[in-house]
Amino acid sequence: MAARDNGIEVRDLQREFKGGIRAVDGIDLAVAPGEIYGFLGPNGAGKSTTVLMLVTLLPPSGGSASVAGLDVVRQGPAVRRAIGAALQEAALDDFLTGWEHIQLQGGLHGLTREQCRARGEELLDRVGLTDAAGRKVGGYSGGMKRRLDLALALVHEPSVLFLDEPTTGLDPQSRSALWAEVERLAREDGVTVFLTTQYLEEADVLADRVGIIDHGRIVAEGTPSALKAQIGGVALEATPANPNDRERLRAALARFGAPAAGSPKSVAVRLDGGAEALPEVVRTLDGESIAVADLQLHQPSLDDVFLEKTGRSLEGDDDEEGDEGEGAGEAGRAPEVASR
Amino acid sequence: MTSVAIEALGARHEPPALSQVALIARRSVSRTFRQPALVIPVILFPLILLAVNAAGLSSITKLPHFPTDSYINFAIVVCFVQGALFAAITAGTELASDIQKGFLDRLALTPAHRWAVLVGATFGGTAVSVVGSVVYLIVGLIFGVHIETGVLGAIVLVLLAIYIALAFAGIGAWLAILTGSPEAVQGMFPLLFVLFFLSTMNLPADFIQKDWFRAIAKANPISFLIDGMRGLVIGGWDAGTLVPCLIVATAILILFYGLAARALRRRVQRT
Repeated sequence: MAARDNGIEVRDLQREFKGGIRAVDGIDLAVAPGEIYGFLGPNGAGKSTTVLMLVTLLPPSGGSASVAGLDVVRQGPAVRRAIGAALQEAALDDFLTGWEHIQLQGGLHGLTREQCRARGEELLDRVGLTDAAGRKVGGYSGGMKRRLDLALALVHEPSVLFLDEPTTGLDPQSRSALWAEVERLAREDGVTVFLTTQYLEEADVLADRVGIIDHGRIVAEGTPSALKAQIGGVALEATPANPNDRERLRAALARFGAPAAGSPKSVAVRLDGGAEALPEVVRTLDGESIAVADLQLHQPSLDDVFLEKTGRSLEGDDDEEGDEGEGAGEAGRAPEVASR
Repeated sequence: MTSVAIEALGARHEPPALSQVALIARRSVSRTFRQPALVIPVILFPLILLAVNAAGLSSITKLPHFPTDSYINFAIVVCFVQGALFAAITAGTELASDIQKGFLDRLALTPAHRWAVLVGATFGGTAVSVVGSVVYLIVGLIFGVHIETGVLGAIVLVLLAIYIALAFAGIGAWLAILTGSPEAVQGMFPLLFVLFFLSTMNLPADFIQKDWFRAIAKANPISFLIDGMRGLVIGGWDAGTLVPCLIVATAILILFYGLAARALRRRVQRT
């Protein structure tokens, strides 16, 4: 496995569209073989344009990129043999069955009928579509379509896999099923995965390393924990029982760390001493007789990283209130509608 | 680790061009025939138009020197050319929707050659006109069409119709790749249909009274196609109409597949 170079290297990659719009404005990144790299950013940040260049469907306007040791401009056909890609919105044929998709894609990749059958059975079983394989794709759910798309991307056993927003619009169950399969591909089969997402949770759970892209530039890169560590310790958010106590509360909490983003009714600080400072905070508030209606600790999230680097929130302002899973599921529908 | 499996498959190379076309054509034919709205009108519409025209126009055969005394013998070939027109629209609409939905990108990510994608995609529309041509012939024979050139002529007629349909599908494919929009391709239908009426479809050129109409009809490539096929039914084996018909069909085929391939190279900028 070690001899096989299936990493990705990108240097100063650029893509300018008509009218001088720089969708990708000089990106550098490196993905190690077998790594899951999460490319995180809002709609229109340049994620899909980057993927299109890496999968050889769009020539870069500048810079260079190699995938599996092959140059994406000069060695297009070889790159395409080495990679699998599930692009945005799972482009499938509603009038064909799952099997027919496998046969078409496998056949075009040069698999014999027998290889196609063996590989197709294995893949459909793996993504849980064995029973649905004979049905037309038009009747599939969104999750089934994404799973078939993933199976199709793997038909020729690629060593690098590109997934462009693989779970946009999926319900939480379908999403975690897909995550599990992607994780397995990287961990067990050593497939390098380059995945774009606009979901913090997805990048956090799945990616070994995350690159945050905004306006065509990478604004932060690192492991999710390292990125969050840059932000600092946990944040404490306290809501006074009496709204008039808010200024006194702010003054009391200022001793424990720098201000952080909170709701209009609360006061939030990033605790210098981490969660261990909590008892002291409580003693202080008690000593100053400030009654508190609500007290919460927030671990730094990738959204804090995004906020810090771009001055904007990635998932909107009201998403910090907990139950991320459902929040993300809801958020998933809006951008999909907006993008079409 | 599947590295062993990957190595085992590593020796695999891109499939031969013909099997690429076969794979893409098979998909195109399957999905076309699974959409009744793309098949039934192609078969019925030309026959209905024939029936309506036969009811209203059959007396033109009584004109002095009209080449045949049976209107249906004269008009049957119009069905075949209309079938070819439908092939253009169907192939174009289907390919445009592949572009719109990203299926073309899926194909572009495989080793499939540009030409295989283009030619394969036109097979669905062409296949419908194959079925249509056979139906037009059978219905025609039932209603008394007499083919002067006999059984061989009937076979040549159907083959010619299919060849013309394949050529026309290239027009549809070109429009599809140029616009990337199924609606735009369908919007071209009336335009093409007008081109049909400005031909020798309903009258032999010499019987057209208006000078401008006659001039257009004589120069209209559609007229050469119609006259070539019509000759087989009401005339006989006549190289004077058959050869121009074949040349025009071939010219349309080469011209529009060439334009389509060029447009495809621009649309799919794969490296």
